[in-house]
Amino acid sequence: MNALTAPPLYDLILDFGGARVIFSFKILVGVIAPIILKALAVGLLTSVCAAMLGVPLVLKRYSMIGDGLSHTGFFAVAVAAACGAASGAQIYITLPLVIAVAVVLLLLSESGKFKGDSAIAMICTGAVALGYIIFSLSSKGTGDVCSSLFGTAILALNMDDVAVSSVLAVGVIVVFVTLYNKIFSVTFDPAFSKSAGAPVKTVNVLLAVLTAVTVVVGMKMIGSIMISALVVFPALAAMRVSKSFKGVIIVSACLSAVCFLVGLFFATVVKFQFRSGGFADVQIPVGPSVVCVNVVALIVCILVRKVKTARAKKKAAN
Amino acid sequence: MSLISFEKVTLGYEGQPVVKDLTFEVNKGDYLCVLGQNGSGKSTMMKALLGFLAPMSGRITRDPKLKNAIGYLPQQEPAQSDFPASVYEVVLSGCQNRKGFFPFYNKADRALCEEKMALLGIADIAGRSFKDLSGGQKQRALLARALCAAGDLLLLDEPAAALDPVAAEELYVLVRALHKKGMTVIMISHDPERAIRDATHILHLGQEMLYFGPTADYDRPAILKRERGEIT
Repeated sequence: MNALTAPPLYDLILDFGGARVIFSFKILVGVIAPIILKALAVGLLTSVCAAMLGVPLVLKRYSMIGDGLSHTGFFAVAVAAACGAASGAQIYITLPLVIAVAVVLLLLSESGKFKGDSAIAMICTGAVALGYIIFSLSSKGTGDVCSSLFGTAILALNMDDVAVSSVLAVGVIVVFVTLYNKIFSVTFDPAFSKSAGAPVKTVNVLLAVLTAVTVVVGMKMIGSIMISALVVFPALAAMRVSKSFKGVIIVSACLSAVCFLVGLFFATVVKFQFRSGGFADVQIPVGPSVVCVNVVALIVCILVRKVKTARAKKKAAN
Repeated sequence: MSLISFEKVTLGYEGQPVVKDLTFEVNKGDYLCVLGQNGSGKSTMMKALLGFLAPMSGRITRDPKLKNAIGYLPQQEPAQSDFPASVYEVVLSGCQNRKGFFPFYNKADRALCEEKMALLGIADIAGRSFKDLSGGQKQRALLARALCAAGDLLLLDEPAAALDPVAAEELYVLVRALHKKGMTVIMISHDPERAIRDATHILHLGQEMLYFGPTADYDRPAILKRERGEIT
């Protein structure tokens, strides 16, 4: 390798013959740095929201609500696109739609007319089918469909997107923290909370609304198919390593933020080249990258828990 | 004035009466034990006591100071077995009802919580995970939570149902001690001998009111005969 073909500064290349992995740190200071900063701001806030909400949702056995809502989100985006809303304005249509469905979903599953999971399955599939029909009829390209399913838009956010998403996400965090004690009480023991005069139903509805907001904001970055991963994985992982409710929520939020950072790193800084592809640069998309890092984090937490309990048993045996 | 009084109350769901013609009252300092077989309307009556269920007929009067001052120990174990919560968090959540719309606990709440944990001998396990406790320890934690919520009245729904005999005995002793200190107690029980030993009043249900009165006048064999006669 001579100086002429040497890679630019900041690049680190691992060459495996048929495949190369390139760490292209220069993008962090280059022209696309602002793009990454925007993604970082929205992504971190959304990850934290989803992870905090995930704890009560998982514990209430509501984790599929995230899924139901995100599929509704797909439908809502289709409606917004068909109405001709620009991508930045779509949120004014998707947000109220998804919130409405969240409340209906919650009331449906609580009324006992449908079990929670079948109510969600109905809404999920129905919404996706309708959404795709609307996309087709309004002859928006498959690009829109792909973007709202898999969230390819996070690296194409404009300042308006960032502002709206940040305000919503911060709002969700503030409401969650304010309601924290009530959420604990209602999630832990609804019968006792009701006897103590806690507004059980209101808290449940608020949880659903917060989830709806998070899903709508998160869809942009990670896509409607995968957004519930952000709700479920950090919560499940945190439950393996912390004993108290507060501990689980804090661990969940921090873990989710770290996973997002790592996921974004692999999707932006790291490039791959394969001989079969003529050594052209390829990259992994942000959403799946973040989700996979979350999967790994959960596995690590499960292992940590296994080691801990094994040690405790050993200690007890001695 | 009595804390709670039932006058000719009939309770039920969707027009179907479960238990008829309840007339009794609970005064400050009473220890009322509610007896009866499964399906006799005990739990339905508990719901009405808590105000979850409106009577189909008759009248229930509650002392206004009971509002948000009932300490309730539900029958089912709360939450799922994997719920992460420390004992301290569980007990502290009993202070919820006195907070109203204010979202956070203050020093006084924390002090109350620590006092009740000390009273029930669980101060040393405050940091442990609720799900890892023994049945007896769990009931103590939930009783401490109920005490944080209770101003005047403790409602216990079969608190010893899931406990081994030793833990059950410990729990009954605790409840008796609380009653001695002036707490009004209403307890649904599956253990008539215990009830007769500790309670000041007995309410025996079997789709209707089979007995209400002081424990001393409770003629158990006669009531059981009536109960059997009704059901067979």
